[in-house]
Amino acid sequence: MDFRDSPDEAAFRDRLRSWLALHAKKFPSSGDEYWARQGEWHRALYEGDFFGLSWPREYGGQELPPVYDVILDEELARAGAPPRPSLGYLVSGLTRHGSKELCRRFLPGMINGTERWCQGFSEPGSGSDLASLTTTATREGDDYVIHGHKIWTSYSDVADWCLLLARTDPDAKRHRGISAFIIAMKQPGVQQRPLQMINGVTTEFGQVFFDGATVRAEHMVGAPGEGWPLAMTVVGHEREPSTLGYAARYGKLVRELAARNDGPPSEELAWAAVQTEMLTHHVRRRLSEQLDGVTHTSDGSLDKLLMTWVEQSVGHAALAVAGIDDPNLLSAYLYSRAQSVMGGTSQIQKNIIASRILGL
Amino acid sequence: MDVRLTAEQQQLRDAAAKLADDLGPGSVHDLADEARIARLDKQIEMTGWRSLRSDGASGVEVAIVAEEFGRGLVDAPFLGPALADDLARHVGDTGAIGSTIALGGNAIDARGYQRALTLHGTTVSAVEVGAVRTAVDLTRTAADVTGTAVAVGDLDSDAAQRWLALALATTSADLVGTARGAHTLACDYAKIREQYGKSIGSYQAVAHLLAESLALIEGSVSVLRHAAWAVDELAPAAAIRAGRVAKVYCARAARTVCETAIQVHGGIGNTWECLAHVYLRRALTSTQLWPVKLEEIDVGLP
Repeated sequence: MDFRDSPDEAAFRDRLRSWLALHAKKFPSSGDEYWARQGEWHRALYEGDFFGLSWPREYGGQELPPVYDVILDEELARAGAPPRPSLGYLVSGLTRHGSKELCRRFLPGMINGTERWCQGFSEPGSGSDLASLTTTATREGDDYVIHGHKIWTSYSDVADWCLLLARTDPDAKRHRGISAFIIAMKQPGVQQRPLQMINGVTTEFGQVFFDGATVRAEHMVGAPGEGWPLAMTVVGHEREPSTLGYAARYGKLVRELAARNDGPPSEELAWAAVQTEMLTHHVRRRLSEQLDGVTHTSDGSLDKLLMTWVEQSVGHAALAVAGIDDPNLLSAYLYSRAQSVMGGTSQIQKNIIASRILGL
Repeated sequence: MDVRLTAEQQQLRDAAAKLADDLGPGSVHDLADEARIARLDKQIEMTGWRSLRSDGASGVEVAIVAEEFGRGLVDAPFLGPALADDLARHVGDTGAIGSTIALGGNAIDARGYQRALTLHGTTVSAVEVGAVRTAVDLTRTAADVTGTAVAVGDLDSDAAQRWLALALATTSADLVGTARGAHTLACDYAKIREQYGKSIGSYQAVAHLLAESLALIEGSVSVLRHAAWAVDELAPAAAIRAGRVAKVYCARAARTVCETAIQVHGGIGNTWECLAHVYLRRALTSTQLWPVKLEEIDVGLP
């Protein structure tokens, strides 16, 4: 058992630190400025050989163990650089459920950042109950024609492609009537509208209206009616702290708060520090377990719940240290409220834990 | 980086779990079964786990046994003698085979022991174990200390600090085990207790409490593992810090998990006959041994 870097990991960390010393400060790390230049940051990371570390080599990744992603996240946070663009859910969804042809066509551009992506799953009427989605895909010749309304779509304003869930068989049982597509975002029939979040940011989430947009039938991922297993792979992946790098971001914020805190730390700050450290070790434990073989199980719901508690305790610590007058810290607090909703609400995670792990 | 338990450590966990399941108390009634406790005590003695440290074991191994013994409410001494053994190995104290630990005039894990070691600064002293105290913990005996303390020897400062780190990590391990035991008890009950014609665990209001408990336990396991590893692998000050962080987290988690276990048992959970309060009492006791307050945590993360 060793919590420290192996010699190879330490060498990677050193190389990364040298690179970040030159590049970290060139890019904004929060707010609308971050989202506006995220594509540029993605390509810079990739060109520096620091992106797609654990993904398949044939698509532009490096097939390193997932611990390298965590080293990257830690060093990005430490250097004040923007976080790593999160695309792991799309990569795992496509590699697991897509054909070789689709993977070869789409993954290299996704990983190297020359093509931007978004995810079209949630709808205004289908949040926790994703399988109730009503967006339709109707076969017309070699194409499917899409009608519907998607929401909570990150990068919808800049995306070239969208991994879309739509209903292809209205008569099938609801989980079995859903198919997944790769659809071009830049075409007539696709309209994008930004959502302004409670911290004021407007470029993170959007909603997308599909009104007669078309997608080629060969851009369906898997067979007709096989969209649901893909959706489960993707949301399961979204629930793992090791794939998100949030633990490192919380540490960065706690260190900032500790530095500006006068006098003895408040209970909120001390508890945020304890929880953040717990999550750091928890991520290491989960990654180590993956060395026995990656399994995306219901354990992700435990990780997501822990991560949510940590982020929201850090948000409370920000309020305790700085009150409401520092715009960046207030924004971090407000943003933390979304953590118990996005990627599946805390209530849904508890349902999953109770039924699938505890057998209640 | 690889923080998995080794195959040997997993075998140790399995062996400790089996011993606790075979001979630990299965009910409040069992706590009065002296013949069972004597068999349990003898079995633990035969494993040699009370002298893990002088046999060269790391903090991780001591924590593994402590966790399983907490889970099984093992009511024969382990942590006291195991920590005494760690002091004794540094000062060449040959009486250690028969010693537990005394802390602030209180001998812990005192069942069957006449002698306790105590650490002040870097000086190890021996005291006599006196009258048994009425203890909050129904599974571990506390006693007064009597007589004059006799100096046994001195540790170097590093060893004294690592010993404190070991005490923090292993009491945290006891807390994690206690929480796991209480949680299992509550989940088992939630599956069989029916109200309104359905098992109470099928209701979200109950299920969510138990789901939250499991997340707290998983977080505790992770922070404990780091602290137990840190005992021998980090610089002494960092090892103590890791122990403090683990202690604060595991103590809060264990209290919540045990309280939830009582709540899930409803009225019965508030009676003496239900094991839920035995877990809670053990958790409160392990929290109070080498206690850590939130204010003591250095918030500047490493």
